[in-house]
Amino acid sequence: MDSTDIGTTSALTPSTARPVAASEVDGPAISFTGVSKSFGRKAVLQDLDLGVDKGEVFALLGANGAGKTTAINILTTLMQADSGAVRIMGVDVRADPAEAKRRFAVTGQSAAVDTYLSTAENLVLLGRLSGLSRRAARSRSEELASRLSLDSFMGSRVGALSGGMRRRLDLALSLVVPVDVLILDEPTTGLDTRSRRELWAEVRRLSAEGTTVFLTTQYLDEADALAARIGLLDRGRLAGLGTPAQLKARVGEDTVAVHDELGSVVAEKPTDGTVRGISAALTPLAESSPTAAVSLRSPSLDDVFLAFTSAQDSSDD
Amino acid sequence: MPDRRPTIAKDDVPTAGSTAHVSPGQTRTRNRVSKPNAEAALIGRSLRHAVRDVESMLMAVALPVLLMLMFTFVFGGALDPSGGYVNYVVPGIVLTCAGFGAASTSLSVANDMTSGFIDRLRTMPMRASALITGHVVASLVKNLFATGVVIAVAVAIGFRPTADLGQWLLTIGLIAFYILAITYLFAAIGLAAKSAESANGYGFILLFLPYVSSAFVPVETMPTWLTLFAENQPITPIIDALRSLLIGTEMGGSGLLAVGWCAVILVLAGVWAARLFKARVGRR
Repeated sequence: MDSTDIGTTSALTPSTARPVAASEVDGPAISFTGVSKSFGRKAVLQDLDLGVDKGEVFALLGANGAGKTTAINILTTLMQADSGAVRIMGVDVRADPAEAKRRFAVTGQSAAVDTYLSTAENLVLLGRLSGLSRRAARSRSEELASRLSLDSFMGSRVGALSGGMRRRLDLALSLVVPVDVLILDEPTTGLDTRSRRELWAEVRRLSAEGTTVFLTTQYLDEADALAARIGLLDRGRLAGLGTPAQLKARVGEDTVAVHDELGSVVAEKPTDGTVRGISAALTPLAESSPTAAVSLRSPSLDDVFLAFTSAQDSSDD
Repeated sequence: MPDRRPTIAKDDVPTAGSTAHVSPGQTRTRNRVSKPNAEAALIGRSLRHAVRDVESMLMAVALPVLLMLMFTFVFGGALDPSGGYVNYVVPGIVLTCAGFGAASTSLSVANDMTSGFIDRLRTMPMRASALITGHVVASLVKNLFATGVVIAVAVAIGFRPTADLGQWLLTIGLIAFYILAITYLFAAIGLAAKSAESANGYGFILLFLPYVSSAFVPVETMPTWLTLFAENQPITPIIDALRSLLIGTEMGGSGLLAVGWCAVILVLAGVWAARLFKARVGRR
């Protein structure tokens, strides 16, 4: 039997794993230690320190040009850092890129799908390139197609698919051979709401299955919806790191706001969010503007983002 | 062949999509793909492209056929009133055909280098240069097929080669060698180009070489300064050698020169392509 055949049912039952080095078992799934990178005189990443735990979904959030893609490129062996070290599952990506490549899969910003081939052919091609036998590659692509609802597009030329479908296929291509660490570079940029939600659902599912997910995004709601922890990248520096709640807490407390007929905020008071707190905050306003509309606001990630990062020109990462 | 890849046991690779939670201490890794498999898969991919890219297939087959019909029926009567021009022109058409067909390689290579496809391969445990091999081998197959079509049409309109089996084999061998050399050259152009569009432009000049050779008219009929160029450029000995093999004209030294030129082009283009590829995929 083909030793690379993973498509059959026998392969579905996990059995004896090969012996793994201690460094692969302990420690974070991904670590950046003092990573810096410059292009010419422009410092793109400055002394980045970051650890992602096994099984965690981690979002690196930043504006265009903040250095997100450079971080991904260094992580995925496409680029070399000027200094510092990056490890994936304990393997130094610079010292042993070949070994590191066996431990992650990445979906880049531009959908790296082959538009002349059909969905099925794309999946089988990637399976073959990942060392599966033709048969295994075929059965694996069927599995992935049903998992990512690509079944009805298996015969379609990819050039004819929508952007959302292409992204989903792109993700499926990264899952052809399962790995511990999945890296997604702006996975939903340019997608419509429905496609974004579908992709989010898949990320959650992968995470629930134990996959570590490292993603970059410029969408705050995406980081908020998916990530256990968020790193805020601002002009190559890590400006903030923590859970969404922690980051919000550092920006400020909840407020109660009063609006005029046009919706503009005419007054805003801090509150602890309790009935007593809110009514105490509103009492002075009850007489002056009794019919005004009231809303309760929590700091959003937008506030976090603005508080932690600085205004800058947009430029390419 | 014994499999010596260290971590390839099938049980080692649980299928994630369908798996339950991964227990701590168990890691899932991708296998390094063995070399011929990656090459085979990418050759298959490029061949599918060749068949589906109608435009480049037309360029590779229809254009040389039309060119041959035009030279035979429009210009042929004036060039050789005896009606034997088709015998003279076929080798030239075959090389022109190979040039047109191989030119699309620069486009395919440039596309892959700029589209993100190459980056996906670079992040996988495989040799990314298999991509170039895929394009080159597919181009060889596609152009040999196109050459076959051109020769079949030529025979239909009166081409009467005198070659025996051995000469036919040498003919096919020399054509294949030339296609391989020029395909590598176009692959290198595709690697050097910043975009697919510019790759197309750079390669264009090469397609004119056959016209300034012995392909369509004897070089002696050209002005002296042009004769000098036409006699000493690679296409002329290759065409003279093919003509000698196919219709029995004087071979002279053209056979050795033809093989020599192809070898030189292949080696130079191969070295150039390898350097460009290394620079393009090098970790910056």
